[in-house]
Amino acid sequence: MGRYVIRRLLQMIPVFIGSTFLIFFMVYALGDPVAALFGDRAPDPATAAQIRHDLHLDDPLWKQYLIYMKNIFTGDFGTAFNGQKVTDLMGSAFPVTIRLTVVAIIFEIIIGIILGVITGMKRGKPVDTGVLLLTLVVISVPTFVTGYVLQYVFGVQLGWVSPSVSPAAPFNELILPGLVLALVSLAYVTRLTRTSIAENTRADYVRTAVAKGLPRRRVIVRHLLRNSLIPVVTFIGTDIGALMGGAIVTERIFNIHGVGYQLYQGILRNNSPTVVGFVTILVLVFLIANLLVDLLYAVLDPRIRYA
Amino acid sequence: MRGATRVKWAVGVTAVALTAAACGSSSDNGGGSGSGSGGVVRASWGDPQNPLEPANTNEVQGGKVLDMIFRGLKKYNPKTAKAENMIASSITSGDSQNFDIKLKPGWTFSNGEPVDADSFINAWNYDALLKNAQLNASFFSYIDGYSKVHPDATGAKSSATTMSGLKKVSDTEFKVKLNQKFSLWPDTLGYAAFYPLPKAFFSNHAAWLNKPIGNGPYAIQSYTKGSKMSLRKWDGYKGPDPAQNKGVDLRVYTDNNTAYTDLQAGNLDLVDDIPASQLKNVKSDLGSRYINEPAGIIQTISFPLYNKRWSSAQSAKVRQGLSMAINRKQITEQIFQKTRTPATDWTSPVLGDAGGYKAGLCGAECTYDPAKAKKLIQEGGGIPGGKMTIGYNADTGSHKEWVDAVCNSINNVLGNNTACVGAPTGTFADFRNKITSKQMDNPFRSGWQMDYPLIQDFLQPLYYTDASSNDSHYSNPQFDKLVNEANAETSTPAAVAKFQDAEKLLVTDMPAIPLWYQNGSAGYSDRITDVALNPFSVPVYNEIKVK
Repeated sequence: MGRYVIRRLLQMIPVFIGSTFLIFFMVYALGDPVAALFGDRAPDPATAAQIRHDLHLDDPLWKQYLIYMKNIFTGDFGTAFNGQKVTDLMGSAFPVTIRLTVVAIIFEIIIGIILGVITGMKRGKPVDTGVLLLTLVVISVPTFVTGYVLQYVFGVQLGWVSPSVSPAAPFNELILPGLVLALVSLAYVTRLTRTSIAENTRADYVRTAVAKGLPRRRVIVRHLLRNSLIPVVTFIGTDIGALMGGAIVTERIFNIHGVGYQLYQGILRNNSPTVVGFVTILVLVFLIANLLVDLLYAVLDPRIRYA
Repeated sequence: MRGATRVKWAVGVTAVALTAAACGSSSDNGGGSGSGSGGVVRASWGDPQNPLEPANTNEVQGGKVLDMIFRGLKKYNPKTAKAENMIASSITSGDSQNFDIKLKPGWTFSNGEPVDADSFINAWNYDALLKNAQLNASFFSYIDGYSKVHPDATGAKSSATTMSGLKKVSDTEFKVKLNQKFSLWPDTLGYAAFYPLPKAFFSNHAAWLNKPIGNGPYAIQSYTKGSKMSLRKWDGYKGPDPAQNKGVDLRVYTDNNTAYTDLQAGNLDLVDDIPASQLKNVKSDLGSRYINEPAGIIQTISFPLYNKRWSSAQSAKVRQGLSMAINRKQITEQIFQKTRTPATDWTSPVLGDAGGYKAGLCGAECTYDPAKAKKLIQEGGGIPGGKMTIGYNADTGSHKEWVDAVCNSINNVLGNNTACVGAPTGTFADFRNKITSKQMDNPFRSGWQMDYPLIQDFLQPLYYTDASSNDSHYSNPQFDKLVNEANAETSTPAAVAKFQDAEKLLVTDMPAIPLWYQNGSAGYSDRITDVALNPFSVPVYNEIKVK
């Protein structure tokens, strides 16, 4: 297992270098950010040249990339246009988004799996049809629509929660945004679990367990659910990265100053240090989440082992 | 036991996730609620684009803060837009070129330092110096010696660090020599770039940027970049316009829709940017707590006069015809819900008649007249190639709707559904790059928010040969000559009249079509009163009273 983990960690190095270069290249292709700094006024050539020089924008792309990488290894992710260190931006943005993602994942796991088990056990019954219809609706309505509607209903009409999240973004304020963020994935988790459970209820080992006279609860949780969870865990694992990156819409609606907000600002202002730095971290999160998923396989099914 | 190890694994994974999530959660508590902070206005804000320095801030969000924590030599009257002496006790000149500035005694920065002649001279020299790469450095270009501290050519080095045109006489008096005659120059001194700076700015720049120190009615209590700034009334302020409330909390919103929702839910007191999608409901939602006032902003469509498609001798007729083909009234009413006013000149109503605004100066050329428009366009040889586009940036400001409407209006006049279409560019940065590097083939949207309420600011930066915002690259020696003459006049009415003569040339040349004057719109909660917008469409924060 240890050797497997080390091999997986080493694989991250080329992925890290490749992805940073690609992102760097793409942001660079968006064009020169200096003109936009001056607003509607044309930049005076001397000041623009000075700013370009300070940001290394007058160097060729490969050289900019090398400078950037060299700085990264000394822990310097560059500076955003408003003078803040990108590492400071990360320090304030990532905890917020991670908290939001944790809330979303908890919703996915608890509601998604419970609904999935219920519908999987009661296939064809009204409960099953009802939940299926509901998940279909959730999947087909875009996140920003559900976001604005829930925000208006709970935040303005009922006044149960604040429509926007405060800068500190504590867990209790993230419940509604977390739910909005989780909704689509939650529907998929429900459907995945349902199918998997429905398939496994007819498996031999379940019949054996029932025949042995094990309590129903134990049959479902220990035998049926554990084997049915493998595809679900795969999905949730890959979803962590997707949720963190995809939080742009949710964060905007609820005014959460997380990764999505910083990325949006970075792209809008053509600020390559911000965009490259944040996406690089997201790539790492994605890789680590996948590694954790692979390790969890072995926990769920002892037959799956790594040398 | 194998079972036990497995559980450990799962617990471990969850624990890692939770610790990661928990760190940083205690950094700033009690942020948005604002409860318990009685007398404090909670207002929406946008993240300033650049570090907060007087000469490095050229957009509204950063400018808002600077206007709260700073006072300059002059201040623009929030109602009349007139430049009035603030720190200056007098600014005099005999020849429109050499100015003598006397300061009122007793002014201090909030850290106790006095505001004296050095505060201005040092600040201005810092702002203009090329090495400091200040975005507003060009505002000092009229001062003698600017070209030495800030040479224009790319890659050039400064040959001096201070401007020879600035001379200290005493702590309360200094002299400024300009490199040309500019009678209205004192009236530009209310602009943020000209604010004085304390010694703390130079001695510990990084600390100053984290928490700027000024000399205005408010002092910054705390500043969390990107999310919140708390300003509190500064009790040591001796100026004539102290804060009427205990402070202002500015909260960054990523989306003006969310700010509006927060206003409705009672979490916010003041929104100074009503989202376009809410304009229909805003009157029923807020009633008299909705403000819609003219601001010093004009929207235009500029032509790339450097491109041969638009540089032929007859092209001016086409441009005039296009101007007459736009149904401004209909578009401002239906798309903008009357938050824009059809433009009839190239300035803004906030200047007032005395300041140079002249309704109807553009005349028939800016009035919707389909028949005459079609005739003019045809006389001018028609739209080059039969097709044109109107460029805009798609990332902010929802420009698509009105550009499509303008094109629609032109197409209807010409009886050709494909003559004009919108041409979006992804980001503002990319859009500005294309414009400043002269890559436009077709007209594009352009907007101008005034720096100071002067007719000069609406004409010279935009239409003077090679001026900083002359996106059309319009050049007319007659226009330049009239502007120079206007600047050399010693009396304001004479200068304004000359500027208007220059402006009349724009009617025949039509380098840019005036579309509409933009209004500032704001909404506020029933917790506060005395809310107004100044001519720059920024709320007059210090006048707001909290119930």
